[in-house]
Amino acid sequence: MTWSEMSPLLWEATGQTAVMVGWSTLFTVLFGLPLGVCLAGADRDGLFPAPAVRRVLGLVVNIGRSLPFIVLMIAVIPVTRAITGTTIGTAAAVVPLTIGAVPFYARLVETALREVGRDVVQAAEAMGAGRVRIVTRVLLPEALPGLVAGLTVTVVTLISYSAMAGVIGGGGLGDLAVRYGYQRFETTLMIVTVAVLVVVVQLAQTLGDAVARRLSHR
Amino acid sequence: MITVSGLRKAYGDVVALDGVDLHVGKGEVFGVLGRSGAGKSTLLRCVNLLERPDEGTVTVDGRELTALGAADLRRARQRIGMIHQHFALLSSRTVAGNVAFPLEVMGVGRAARARRVAEMLDLVGLADRAGAYPAQLSGGQKQRVGIARALAAEPSVLLSDEATSALDPATTQSILALLRRLNRELGLTILLITHEMDVIKAVCDSAAIMSDGRIVEAGPIPDLLATPGSRLAAELFPLPPAEPGTVTVALGADRALLSRLTRTHDVDVAIAAGAVEHVAGAPAGRLRLRITGPGAADAVADLRKRGLLVEEDA
Repeated sequence: MTWSEMSPLLWEATGQTAVMVGWSTLFTVLFGLPLGVCLAGADRDGLFPAPAVRRVLGLVVNIGRSLPFIVLMIAVIPVTRAITGTTIGTAAAVVPLTIGAVPFYARLVETALREVGRDVVQAAEAMGAGRVRIVTRVLLPEALPGLVAGLTVTVVTLISYSAMAGVIGGGGLGDLAVRYGYQRFETTLMIVTVAVLVVVVQLAQTLGDAVARRLSHR
Repeated sequence: MITVSGLRKAYGDVVALDGVDLHVGKGEVFGVLGRSGAGKSTLLRCVNLLERPDEGTVTVDGRELTALGAADLRRARQRIGMIHQHFALLSSRTVAGNVAFPLEVMGVGRAARARRVAEMLDLVGLADRAGAYPAQLSGGQKQRVGIARALAAEPSVLLSDEATSALDPATTQSILALLRRLNRELGLTILLITHEMDVIKAVCDSAAIMSDGRIVEAGPIPDLLATPGSRLAAELFPLPPAEPGTVTVALGADRALLSRLTRTHDVDVAIAAGAVEHVAGAPAGRLRLRITGPGAADAVADLRKRGLLVEEDA
């Protein structure tokens, strides 16, 4: 396979990966962040202790995290159909990717929020701040470097998950490697795809680290 | 200004507060001394209800906090400043941003907030560090930010939770001097807890000693000095064991005590031992005297009458 033959395939696959990872990252933050806040806040010594709620949320999150992604992707097909109207293609892949990453990110959010000192939260309480303000103006800003670091890990995980999206016709770099590199013995394309994946993950991690460092004033 | 009565608090089997009554007058600097685990931290945190007592009432500036609902309590807390042992500053905000926080909570507008923040930083001597982050400051500077933040909302009361325990001695003195100055200039009432005797000596008008969840002793320091058997006075001003033929007297407002004694009673007065220091800006302490001469008995009676005689070893 020549470079001019590979190039369009690679661009298309990279674009598909970017779309899948981009949208699922957005939705992961949208759902995972509040879920993480609830997990941390509902804890016994959290901001709004609710042990029963926490147990239920913790259980749901653990179930989500215990399924291998490839199994989860197939198991949630009815949900995917309900949301996107289809079960194949790049858009359809965003649904299982989001469902797979939300519990993962929620746990990382929970951990990042726990890192915020109890004394800082109490100082805010002593100043008469309400819970909503403490979450939005104390906990989240204080935990921001940790939240960004967690998001970086999540994005890398999503890139890895998205490689399995080929199973439901989502396309992407992983799918390209499987179809050409494995099924058609196009070793060159396989190697190039692997290289692209490595570079993409490296870029994501470097960018995430830089942003986290920039936000940290500790 | 602060009245606490019948306060009880237990964590499981551990009784942290076992019926505490305390009164802090307006403009007073009141220190609670105790070892760790004595319950003093719980007491302080009960004053702004960070901890809710199991029993008892807390009244600050005429409002019974224990009777307030959540929203009213938040409003009342805005009028109670608090400083912390480990400063509890927001690492994500600059010095100015930290001081602005309580003003944001109160809903003060942007312009008024900026003005007030500048004013407060001036007051604590950190006007030039407004844009710095807490991580770039020394411990003493961090506590100054903590003080500026605690006072930004113009509270009537300041609670100090071991505010100098994490600081070196020189920095401790400068923070205590600042607290004392704020007390004088703003008429600020301060309730502080500490395990350091020096803190009490440096700034407090009144003190209490706490042990096993109870207040063992409390009162204005001059009164405590004149109280026979006072544990606090003995700890603040330790004297060597008494010798026969000496009397121990409290030294307070009457600075010319000794010369007056010799003039009126025809006695010689020799100092056998003494512990005198500046307490809250005025000399105070205890002296052990050997009084001899024809008027010795009269002189001792005189001291007793004036309530200055603490101990007599015949």
